Formats: sequence, structure tokens, C-alpha cells
Amino acid sequence: MTASTKPSLLEMEAIAARHPHLLQSSSRKRLKAALIGIGVLLYMVFSWWFFSIGHVLANANWGIAGTYLADWVSFEVRPEIAIATDGTMAVSYARSSPLGPNPNPDWVALEKKTVTRTIEAPAAPQASKPKASSSFNFMAPNAALGGAQRAQAQNRVETRTAEVVVRALITYDRSTNIEIADGLVKATHGGETLTMTVDGADTVTPQGPLPRWATQKRPGEKITLSFGLTGWAEVEGDEVSIRNRFFGWANFLFDTNSPFFGKPYGEVASLIVSGERIDPARSNLSLAWNNILYNAEWQHLDVWTKLLQTIVMAFVGTLFASLIAFPLCFLAARNITPSLFANQLAKRFFDFLRSVDMFIWALFFTRAFGPGPLAGISAIFFTDTGTLGKLYSEALENIDDKQREGVKSVGATPIAVQRFGVLPQVLPVFASQALYFWESNTRSATIIGAVGAGGIGLKLWEAMRTNSDWENVAYMVLLILMVVFIFDSISNACRSRLMGRKAH
Amino acid sequence: MATSVLSRQLSESGALVERHWQELNARRRLYTFLGLAFLVLTLSASLWFANDSNAGKFFDRLPHFFDFVGDLVPRDAMEIVRAMFDLPSPYDDGSFKYNYPDGRFYLTDSLYIPEYFHKMLETLNIAIFSTVVGVFFGFILSFLAARNLMPNPWIRGPVRRLMEVLRAFPEVVIAGFFLAILSLGPIPAIAAVSIHTIGALGKLFFEVVENADMKPEEGLRAVGANWIERVWFGIVPQVLPNFTSYFLLRLEINVRASTIIGAVGGGGIGELLRLSIGQGHEAKTIAIVILLFATIFAVDQFSAWLRRRLVGDQAFQLAQ
Repeated sequence: MTASTKPSLLEMEAIAARHPHLLQSSSRKRLKAALIGIGVLLYMVFSWWFFSIGHVLANANWGIAGTYLADWVSFEVRPEIAIATDGTMAVSYARSSPLGPNPNPDWVALEKKTVTRTIEAPAAPQASKPKASSSFNFMAPNAALGGAQRAQAQNRVETRTAEVVVRALITYDRSTNIEIADGLVKATHGGETLTMTVDGADTVTPQGPLPRWATQKRPGEKITLSFGLTGWAEVEGDEVSIRNRFFGWANFLFDTNSPFFGKPYGEVASLIVSGERIDPARSNLSLAWNNILYNAEWQHLDVWTKLLQTIVMAFVGTLFASLIAFPLCFLAARNITPSLFANQLAKRFFDFLRSVDMFIWALFFTRAFGPGPLAGISAIFFTDTGTLGKLYSEALENIDDKQREGVKSVGATPIAVQRFGVLPQVLPVFASQALYFWESNTRSATIIGAVGAGGIGLKLWEAMRTNSDWENVAYMVLLILMVVFIFDSISNACRSRLMGRKAH
Repeated sequence: MATSVLSRQLSESGALVERHWQELNARRRLYTFLGLAFLVLTLSASLWFANDSNAGKFFDRLPHFFDFVGDLVPRDAMEIVRAMFDLPSPYDDGSFKYNYPDGRFYLTDSLYIPEYFHKMLETLNIAIFSTVVGVFFGFILSFLAARNLMPNPWIRGPVRRLMEVLRAFPEVVIAGFFLAILSLGPIPAIAAVSIHTIGALGKLFFEVVENADMKPEEGLRAVGANWIERVWFGIVPQVLPNFTSYFLLRLEINVRASTIIGAVGGGGIGELLRLSIGQGHEAKTIAIVILLFATIFAVDQFSAWLRRRLVGDQAFQLAQ
């Protein structure tokens, strides 16, 4: 018996040969697939040329990309060490240094000495270099004076006593440090040491071959030392620029002007709870809160307000859109309103609102209301009235007619027919679509904000334009992601309750 | 008769049923009322906040609501045609307002593409290119994220999280970041739109894959096919129509997205529109708006027609 149900191999091949169309796709079909494949490939090649992608990618500044990305989660401290011709040094920090006005970090070890030097007064470029000692400060107006005085001063020789740095040791991490003393810069990284001679003017000379982490474009010019994630340094003839990178967001709570700056958390907590009033006018708690809100670098209050604007834009815009689309969709559905003219009018109106696009509406309403969330609300409202109206009318056209007929057959008024025969079927779909758009508009509101329609978009865009505030960008992105995820889950939860498990 | 029904004394269980029903009704009304009150309260608070933080106040600006229409009236109707097709204007005074022929893109010495058509093509091309890139990666990721094809949660979970992050990440930031590295041009826009597309399409795709019929896959497994063969011959033919439908939906959305990204620095027609509205060039603005409107409308209609052919009347839900 088994022999008859199980054909031999030869028989199977014979069957296959008799019905080739079942086992092999037709040549037309295969040709079609191949043509689509070739078409897509040709299109990609064309676009590669059209956008000159290869050229742009080759010319991109990928080194900067790494730095920008690192800026998202870390910050640099940048001491500048000026070196005079006699090998003495002065350390200065940028005014906006994250370490505050008088930084004295423990990873910069300085050996100071008081020296008396003889200096030629008009040698302004040299004299103005060591910024740390205050006695040089009055030199600046002197140097700026006219030529006659300068000629006079040329012969004047001054003797001056000042405290200068004679040896500096900067420690990046355990295997990386830079030591500067007597016109020699000694950099150690990963077990290799590079010694460079600096003359205090404009020439740097490396002693021995450069290791892989050091680059110099031309002999005598500056040498760039890159230590990977721990930072980098630039050695010039008269200055060593240190860029030490630390993980984290600097001064996230208190900026350098705050009285709470630089204090450990325990001390801040005890100050707030039981400390003496720093500002006699108000309690320490309100001062601390105020300092956090108006943190100059992070601008928490501003960021939160703008984020709230974005949320409000999406919420109000979607709500109004669904309220207006609700009555109009009954007009557009051909099974509810039998007039073809009214159907077409409503549908083309929806198409118009949709096709003019949120972006164009945003630009127009920014002109009408001025920049701010009102423009964003109106833009979302106009676009989504079109989109929701279209979706609602499609949902109405797909309803089950039996319920409507049942209500009609007992002599209900037209309004009652809609209320009891139609509405219960479509209301969950309507609400679900509105929730879906609320959630997706939270995302779109960010982007139309960037053209001026209010919300966090513009702030985000401005933070990126400067190329130096990537940590603020990261902060805002994190807040946006949190908001989107929270709304995502709220809207998903609501929708699955409305629609049962089969939510779309 | 009616009075006799109403006045009938209810038994104890009947009264219980009636009371229970009344309680339920009252509670439902209370919840509806509370919900509505909460909604109204949130709405008024939101409106107050929006109005308060806006540059112009709603009621002050309402009379100026249609001011922008005034910005849109050119000196004569032909100006719009001239702006659209880069024809010289009789009002030309050397200013940017009437320099229509300047942006011509010459194919040969005499044959040119008008500036706005050229830029519109560029924007359209950005949209198509990034949708194709997004489909490619979304296609691969979707099979790794589908529960029925990837039982290992250690691969499925991270792939899904990755797609969520790609989807929720603000496009402005991606565009801005690549703008900083690559300098001006369409590539930041392409990067931003395609990265978002990967996340959005990946999610829609893997939901389609999870609803696929597993019988062909089982058959292939029975004859010893490996994972790739099972996916390629068992699942892909089933899901391809739905994938194509979502691809087209995404294309509609991406045409809009690449316009907006263009306005914030990605080039293309979006930037021109923002500039011409900002500088008050009526004819140019109208020409661009007409062009954009026509393009978006055409893409929408084309995609709706093709989708109807591919998957019938279902799958018309817009996904963003």
C-alpha cells in the first residue's frame, strides 16, 4: 500500500515536469523582480551622484564628530599654560571655566617661586603673556599708547618681583601626564614619553621621533597630542593648552556664580536644612531652588517651559482638530450624508488642509501670531483636522449598517440614529486615532518649533548652532525622549483599553 | 396599565437589581463628569499658558489673523507664473524680490529647469532616497525583532529598543549634528529622515511579520532550511504587499519631513519657502506653496492608488 501512496523519485519528477507553472515562477515574474532590483540599484547610484555623497563623506570632518559626540556626556577643563622665554610659566583658565572663578584642581600640580626679573617695558607681547600675576596688568594701557611714548619707553628697563610657576605637572590619568619645566615639555602616554623643547616664542622641537598619538604638520609648528577619551593637548612655542576631559555634566545643579557651587551634596543639604541664611531676604531652600532654575548654563526653567509648550501644542492642537473633524466627517462619509456634493466638498477640504502641510501652516501662523506656541497649536490644528477628518470619514464608511437600520426601523429621529446606531461603533476608533496623533504630534511639535512655532525645537536648534553646547542638546533630547516614551505608553494603554487587544 | 406597572411593589431581589443599576448609572455619570471637568481644566490651563508664553497675544493678534493673506498678493497674477518658471519680470529692479531668472539650473545652453522645480526635485529625491535606505534597514531589523522568528529575547529586545530610540529621537538633532560635521547640503536631511524611517518602518514591519502565517515557515523548517532561507521563502512573499504599502505611506510622510528639515538647514525647497516668507516675496511664496501643494497631493494620490491595488481597501491607517 505504501508503495502506491509514495511515488518514486522518477514519478515525482514526471509530475513536476507536467505542471511547471506551479514550481517555477514564470519568466515574466522573474524578469519583473530583476527589473525592480536593477531599478533600485540604478536609482541608488544616481542618488549617490546627485547628492555627491561620496565626495561629501570624504570631505567631512570626522575628527570633530568624535569630539561633538563626547561633548554630549562629558566636559573639558582647559587650563592654558603660558611659557615665557626664560622658562617661567603662568596658568590661566577661560572665564567660563566649569571650575569656577578661582580654579585650583588637584590634577594640576604647580611649583611656584618668587623671582625678581629685569624686563624691558615695551616688550608688550612677552610681558602680557603671563596673565596670572597682577603686577603685569597695568602694562596693557602702557602698551596701547602711541608711538612717541613707546619710543621713549624703549630704553626704560624695569625690575619686577613676581611669583611665577617654574614647574607644572598635569595628570590626565594614571598612564598620561604632561610635565613642563625649564622650557621642556615632557608628555607621557601609554608608556611612551615625548620630550619637546619650547623656546617661549614660536618654535616647538620634538626630541626623538613622534609617537602615534602626537602630530606636527610642519617642523617648528604646534604639536597636537591626543590622549583619546581623557583629553588632548596642544603644545605651541609659548603656550601649552591642556584639554582635560571629565565624564558627566558640569555644574548641572548650581552654576559657578551660585553660593552653593562646588560644595558636596551633604554640605548643600545641611545648608538648606539648618544652615544660616546666605541671602538674608529668603530661606536657603528657596535660594537653592532659584539657583537651580536660573542656572546660567543649563537654563532649567527655560528648558522645562519650552518642553511644556511643546506638550501643550500637541495636546491642544490634536484636541481641537478631533473636535472639528468629528462633525465634518459625518458630512464627508457617503453612507451618512447621501449628497455627493457635500461628500466631495468635505473630502477635498480635508485634502487641502493636509496637503498644505503642517510646516507651511506653521510658517504662516508664525507670521500671524508671532513666534510661540499659538502658532504651533494652529498649525497642528489645521493639518490634523484634515488628517483626522479623512481617517474618521473612512471609519464611518466602514461601519456595519445593521445597527443603523435597527435604530431607524423603530422610528428614531436622524440625530438619534447617528447617536445610537453609528456612534457606538466608531467612537473607540475615533478616540484611538486621536490618541495616536496626540502622541505623534508630540514629536512633530519639536520639529515645527525649530522654524519658530514655539516649543523646545528652537531652543534645541540654537543650542546646536553654536557647536559648543552639545551637553545641553543631550539634556533636551533626554527630556524629549522621556516625554515621548511616557506619552507613548499612556496612549498605548488608553488605546488597548478602548479597542481591546487588537489595537492599531 | 402603565400605572399598574409603575406602582407594582418590587420584591427584595428586584429592588436590589434596581438599586444596583441606579448606583452604576450614577457612578458612570460621575466619572464622565470628572473626566470632562479634568479635560476642560487642562485645556483652559494649556490655552492660558500657550497664550501667555506666545510673542503675540491671541485676542490682540486675532484681527491680524489674515494679514498673511495680504503678504500673498503679488503685483499681478502673471508674477506667480514668472516666479515659478523663472521668467524675467517687468518689475525687475535688481532686488531679490524679482530676480526670478537667477536660480535657473541649465541642462544645456538654452534648456533649463526652473529653480523651484529643481529644488522640489531635490527634496523629493531626499525623501525617496531616505525611504529606500530606511526600508532596507527596517526590513532587516524587522525579522530580528519579530517574536515568531527570533525567539531569543536577548536579540529581539535590544533590536526593538534600538528601533524605539531611532523613532523617538528628534530629527532636528540628527540633522543638526550632521550639519555640524558635513556642512550645508542635503546629506544631513537624508541622514535625519532615514534614521527616523528605520525606526518607524521597523516597528510597522515587525508587526506585519508577527501576524504572518507560520505554515510555510514550518514546511521549510521540516525540509531543513536554515533561518535565512525560511525567512526569504516562507515569510517574505507573504509580507511583501504590506511592506510595500507601508513603504508608500512612509514616502508620503517623508516628502513632508524632508521639506521641514530643509527649512532648518537641509537645503531643498523648504529653505527657499522659509526665506521667501520671511522676506515677504509674495509671488515666490505663492509659487512655492502651489508647487509643494501639488507635489504632496500628487504623491498622496499616487501612493493611495498603488496601495489600493496592492492590499485592497485595508491598511489605510496613516503611520508616523
